[in-house]
Amino acid sequence: MSIDTQLPDETVHVASAISDEVVIELASVNKWYGEFHVLKDINLAVNKGERIVICGPSGSGKSTMIRCINRLEEHQAGDIIVNGTEMGTNIKNIDAIRRDVGMVFQQFNLFPHLSVLENCTLAPIWVKNMPKAEAEKIAMEYLERVKIPEQAGKYPGQLSGGQQQRVAIARSLCMSPTIMLFDEPTSALDPEMISEVLDVMVGLAETGMTMLVVTHEMGFAKRVADRVIFMDQGEIVEQNTPDEFFTNPKSDRTKLFLSQILAH
Amino acid sequence: MAVVDKAGPRKGGRSFTEIVNDERYRSVFYQVIVAVAVIWAANYLITNTAENLQARGMSAGFEFLTSTAGFSIAWSIIDYEPGDTYFDVYLVGIANTLIISFFAIIATTLLGFVVGVMRLSKNFIICNLASGYVEVMRNVPLLLHILFWFTLSAALPRPKNSLGLGDMFFLNNRGLYVPAPIPGEGFGVVVIMVLIGIAAAFGVTVWATRRQMATGQRFPAFWVGVGLVVGLPLLAFAALGAPLTFDYPSLKGFNFTGGADVPRAFCALLFALVLYHTVYMAEAVRAGILSVSHGQTEASYSLGLKPSWTLRLVVIPQAMRAVVPPMISNWMNVVKNSSLAVAIGYPDLVAVFMQTSLNQSGHAIEIVGMVMLFYMTVSLTISAALNYYNKLVQIKER
Ligand SMILES: Nc1ncnc2c1ncn2[C@@H]1O[C@H](COP(=O)(O)OP(=O)(O)OP(=O)(O)O)[C@@H](O)[C@H]1O
Ligand SMILES: [Mg+2]
Repeated sequence: MSIDTQLPDETVHVASAISDEVVIELASVNKWYGEFHVLKDINLAVNKGERIVICGPSGSGKSTMIRCINRLEEHQAGDIIVNGTEMGTNIKNIDAIRRDVGMVFQQFNLFPHLSVLENCTLAPIWVKNMPKAEAEKIAMEYLERVKIPEQAGKYPGQLSGGQQQRVAIARSLCMSPTIMLFDEPTSALDPEMISEVLDVMVGLAETGMTMLVVTHEMGFAKRVADRVIFMDQGEIVEQNTPDEFFTNPKSDRTKLFLSQILAH
Repeated sequence: MAVVDKAGPRKGGRSFTEIVNDERYRSVFYQVIVAVAVIWAANYLITNTAENLQARGMSAGFEFLTSTAGFSIAWSIIDYEPGDTYFDVYLVGIANTLIISFFAIIATTLLGFVVGVMRLSKNFIICNLASGYVEVMRNVPLLLHILFWFTLSAALPRPKNSLGLGDMFFLNNRGLYVPAPIPGEGFGVVVIMVLIGIAAAFGVTVWATRRQMATGQRFPAFWVGVGLVVGLPLLAFAALGAPLTFDYPSLKGFNFTGGADVPRAFCALLFALVLYHTVYMAEAVRAGILSVSHGQTEASYSLGLKPSWTLRLVVIPQAMRAVVPPMISNWMNVVKNSSLAVAIGYPDLVAVFMQTSLNQSGHAIEIVGMVMLFYMTVSLTISAALNYYNKLVQIKER
């Protein structure tokens, strides 16, 4: 795990762009896998433009929590409201929320049978009924943003891990989401590729995107996060600004966790 | 950049092992050995056979194909009389093999998809029903399947007590009797309309795709296409006063006359081939769908693609790569295994040509060669199509 990944100008925190509007609200969310209580009474409100880093030991429920936000996992109790839409069992609501929420996975999950450009245009063409030329123009803009426009014609299998993850970010952005979820986006990458992906994510933060990022990259958290959330055993144990969180952790579990990951 | 020549010239001579272990010569070396062995074996077989034929005063050659076969064939889909030649027998055999393979392949493919998808079902009963089917069917040899259905079909009622369906279809211990279509005047127009409908549907699909790519607007091309393919011929059919009549089978004395008959052996063979080969088709479908990781579906959902679009745009295109190769080799096996027809007297190519014709004419080498040629042509055609498809859909890797 690399804690001190080199980011450009690491000391300066990316300017905050938080507004008062609450865009994600989790109220008493509970989830079980059979007997196993994986999310215990989660309460969380995320404001528009807010950047949240979520950390915690393996198996603490980080992935499960953010996957509930776009209904890749179903919660059994409590309410989840995204951009004013209540996530019930209504398929229309779920579709609406998924259109608004982008997600980047640890394993990239690019479509191997489509070229990089086709990966980016698939959803705009079929979900937004966008003309192909327009979708391609937008896709090229985002591929430039993630600094790989020259790879547009290649297939995912021909790219490095870092390049694939940047394509995955561009693919999500092509749907113009208002919220982006990241589930350990750099955990499957070799150290030298981590910073190229984190750079892109910092750039995205600078545009004022609402971001929820599960990561152990503490350098990224210090530089970008407005709030760090620590989860353990299905609970939100502690949340604070990065400064307070790293220098003055309150609970013993947080201290233990920090000492473990910083000891590397 | 300096190119390092791994096997560059060195001082002194090179030993034999050194040359064989050199990657530049190694494959050439083995190819030469194999080529020499093959040529030697072929030469041995040919001269040996020629000597033996000469010693017994037998002639080799294909003149026998033009002489009269003189025996009758129980059932054929193309016209044949005992006065026809051995070459006609060859064609009858090919036609009979192809017709049973055709129906068996279509039924196998459809049923295989159903069983394969059923096996993946979360429903306990459906899933276990399909698993049970797969386990039972594949653990019984195909020949046993064929003999079982053939024996069972002997227990069907006699013609007098046939199982009938609406005075049109009759099943008895001689076979299945169905109405024979007799095209009337103007039926050709209906056939032409079918072709026009297919062409029009294809055109609409292309147009709709172009328009969607250009403007983003959708068009229900599939349903319009179905309407064209079904509607146009139906209109023509009605306008021309239904130019198609049927000759219905009817019981005359001890047997049926009129209509078309499908012999018991055909039905039993078809049943056995389909039930047996469906298993392999189903397994290919199941493996294909499972080969697409769950992450693909999740990525697609998270982009806002609905489950039906995800299936169509993400899962099926990837699954087909894994499904098609085993599916096509299964088709080849259906064609080849249909030759087990000899066991129950269905007059396929092997039965009429390699058995009866060979016994009568004695031209074993030519006949076996011709039968092999047929099966090889079919198999090679199918595998050429498969290779082409594979190349088309290959996932590009580094
Ligand atoms: N489909 C499932 N069925 C049963 N248990 C599951 C399932 N998915 C996750 N779990 C369990 O739920 C707990 C939380 O999983 P989750 O993936 O959310 O953890 P995480 O905090 O993301 O961990 P990591 O850092 O390893 O990714 C784990 O104990 C895991 O074993
Ligand atoms: Mg996780």
